[in-house]
Amino acid sequence: MSLTAKDKEVVKGFWAKIAPKIEDIGEDALSRMLVGYPQTKTYFSHWKDLSPGSAEVRKHGKVVLSGVGEAVKTIDDLTNGLLRLSELHAFQLRVDPANFKILSHCLLVVLAIKFPDDFTPEVHVSMDKFLGAVALALSEKYR
Amino acid sequence: MVAWTDAERKAIQDIWGKLKPAAGQKLFTIARIPCLIVYPWTQRYFSSFGSLSDAAAIKSNKKVAAHGEVVLKGLGLAVKNMDNIKATYAPLSVLHSEKLHVDPDNFRLLGDCFTIVVAAHLGRAFTADIQAAWQKFVAVVIAALAKQYH
Repeated sequence: MSLTAKDKEVVKGFWAKIAPKIEDIGEDALSRMLVGYPQTKTYFSHWKDLSPGSAEVRKHGKVVLSGVGEAVKTIDDLTNGLLRLSELHAFQLRVDPANFKILSHCLLVVLAIKFPDDFTPEVHVSMDKFLGAVALALSEKYR
Repeated sequence: MVAWTDAERKAIQDIWGKLKPAAGQKLFTIARIPCLIVYPWTQRYFSSFGSLSDAAAIKSNKKVAAHGEVVLKGLGLAVKNMDNIKATYAPLSVLHSEKLHVDPDNFRLLGDCFTIVVAAHLGRAFTADIQAAWQKFVAVVIAALAKQYH
């Protein structure tokens, strides 16, 4: 299920629309993940405040979404483009890759809410494939 | 037995109230579109439905709409019997396993798609807490549907 030329075009086009709001989107997606999938909180035990909209959640949401933005820029070669991030997640953060799917779902929910007109089924499928490809590239260095 | 908090019960009933009228069936048809497009292999169960080749075809397909109504009725059963979804769904589970031969993984795909459609429909009212309650409900429904497979 690799990304077609059409998928890449759709993702880049949609990302251009949502890029100005990545801080809000990141915060919302991360909040929903922490609330809806409490097991993900185990990765943030060093934070003071894990509640939706906290300063830490907002800051980290932006970090994560910026990472996704990086992936959009290197959409033609995600494995190499995300090498550094893959090493980070594999060796330092050691996030179980199953969680990438969870965050992807939460991100799609936020996008559906915030961009009801642009988030068509066609955009949905390309974004879903793209986030799946990102997750795969992020898992590259794990073993 | 699944334990529901008062807040969760209220969230599910509220969402259902917003989905139940004719809007609900239309909504489910709309949910079908993303599911059949985002996960095209789910079309395998609807080969007798005629053309499902694109969003426009799916939207205008009468069999999809009728099926949407059937599925929504099923969900309504779960909403009415929140404390006993497993038993309520036993016959439905047997149906999906023995007669329809649906891979239970499809329930999860449709569940995710439907959640995204509900989110788009409710907008900001679909808060993180409400999403969590809704996804818990969907997970219980899916588990009940998959229960009688063997």
